[in-house]
Amino acid sequence: MTEKSDILIYGEMAGGRLTTTTRELVSIGRRLSAELGHPLGILLVGAGLATAVAESATLVPGKIYVMDAAALADSDPERNVEAVIAACRRIAPQVILMGHTDVARDIAPRLAVRLEASIVTDCVDVTAEPDTGSLRQMRPVYGGKAMAVWLSEGDRPRIVTVRPRSAAPAEPDISNRGVVINLPADTINPTAKPKLVETVRDQGVSTRLEEAKVIVAGGAGIGGREGFDMVESLARLLGGVTGITRAVSDIGWMPSTLEIGQTGHIVKPDLYIAVGISGASQHLAGCQAAKYMVAINKDPEAYIFTVSDFGVVGDYREALPPLIEKLKALLAA
Amino acid sequence: MNIIVCVREVLDPDLPPAKFRVDPESKRVLPPEALPPVINPYDAVAAELALRLKDRYGGKITALTLGDNGQNVVRHVLSMGADDGIVLSDRLFEGSDSFSTAYVLGQAIKKIGSYDLILCGRQAADWDEGLVGPVLAEYLGLPLVTQARSIEVTEQGIVVSRVTIDGHQVFVAPLPALVTVSGVAGQPRLPSGWNIIAAVRKQVPVWSADDIGADPSRVGTAAARRKLVRLFIPERERKCEIVTGETTAEAAVKLATRLRESGIV
Repeated sequence: MTEKSDILIYGEMAGGRLTTTTRELVSIGRRLSAELGHPLGILLVGAGLATAVAESATLVPGKIYVMDAAALADSDPERNVEAVIAACRRIAPQVILMGHTDVARDIAPRLAVRLEASIVTDCVDVTAEPDTGSLRQMRPVYGGKAMAVWLSEGDRPRIVTVRPRSAAPAEPDISNRGVVINLPADTINPTAKPKLVETVRDQGVSTRLEEAKVIVAGGAGIGGREGFDMVESLARLLGGVTGITRAVSDIGWMPSTLEIGQTGHIVKPDLYIAVGISGASQHLAGCQAAKYMVAINKDPEAYIFTVSDFGVVGDYREALPPLIEKLKALLAA
Repeated sequence: MNIIVCVREVLDPDLPPAKFRVDPESKRVLPPEALPPVINPYDAVAAELALRLKDRYGGKITALTLGDNGQNVVRHVLSMGADDGIVLSDRLFEGSDSFSTAYVLGQAIKKIGSYDLILCGRQAADWDEGLVGPVLAEYLGLPLVTQARSIEVTEQGIVVSRVTIDGHQVFVAPLPALVTVSGVAGQPRLPSGWNIIAAVRKQVPVWSADDIGADPSRVGTAAARRKLVRLFIPERERKCEIVTGETTAEAAVKLATRLRESGIV
């Protein structure tokens, strides 16, 4: 069997379409495919996948493996794992690329055990060494204070989960003709435990934060729920959205779905205004790609200032109202 | 409920970035002066969740750690209110990756014998990988739920709410099971006077590779599935213009003007 084994993307969908993160993986996959001389493929697991399949056909210059079954509709991790294992036994990929998402954090380590693969999670860069076929995977560690580079050799399959916003999303190429291969879903055990019984989602929050050009975020320095009214006012004025830090999420002043950082959303706005945020590395992991950073913090030593373009040292309660008023006036002029 | 909590210590995540140092030659992080390691924050939350379950349903909590300095972190969990602790330590374990770590923990858990629930922090605040918990669940053949924010016990087992980026999911699972715990699950209680005294008096056994019947080919550097080739501190600073004024309000007004004239708003 001389056919080269695939670099396989695990595709994720939202509202029936491929997620931005998945399209970012396509960019990375295309490059690895060229570096390693192996074909790129994509695996779609779920229900009602026609749109995602059509999109994939314009993005992935290789095979589109499809496992489409009603039993796979709800992203139950157990069923997903079984589905991906079944698919991988047929495809025998040498590299599996996934976004570092809630789904992947759950299933990727288990896949690594069952496929006896190596795994590196939350990577911001992946390159291949053409002569050896080894992968070099760079990822933040110590909450982002340092970067580690891991080498994974080709003697076993490699699973790589990639931090969202690490690459530009691939653009469709209508001349591309991906080949669709339908995989049977009959090996999936419908009574797998544990069982997912309910999913509650704020459908738009990921997209809102991903696409926001302006984000105003509040941290522990806000001191309580009420202070966020001002943060939200500023965000609204600038046509932006509100974000929070992990500390705020853990304490519960605001919904955890607004968390920006290593264990939350990774964002890339034009403007990020950090209010009452000290600048802990694991928070910066989520926002440091912003074009412009502005910080308001009453501690002049706060680390956030070293990673900002503009700063005001002072209590946000004294800074935000005049900032909002003046911006209102300037924007109306 | 018999609960085993897997914990370990990490370099204090509150270390200011300016004081963080690595040695690129040995590819190691240099331990900071005057700032001792702390319990991995997510593991502290896992211990807290275990204690809340014990408060509500009764039972016993065992803290388990892999690491030569394991006594410190185990005694911390004992002084929060856990009942027993076990440290795993052996030269052979050095250089272990997440698979080997999970294997060692798994062997220890098999030796402990009976349990209802294993809790782990969702990831460690140093290497940030989130692998050990799920891999351990695989090795023990246990149902797994990750990123838990709450656990309820029912006749059928447990109901777990899992935090996701845009909401939450609810899972039901039979016991025994393994659950990894997110930071939203609760604020860890501080060690309390009575428990601190009890913790000091507790015998905490140290188990070696032999004690747990660990296969040497599955642990240590040689068993690792990948290699660390570089460790460095990235350049990330920007040049910050601090906008000042007689008062904070005045500075804020100037900031608005600066942002507008720079074309940022």
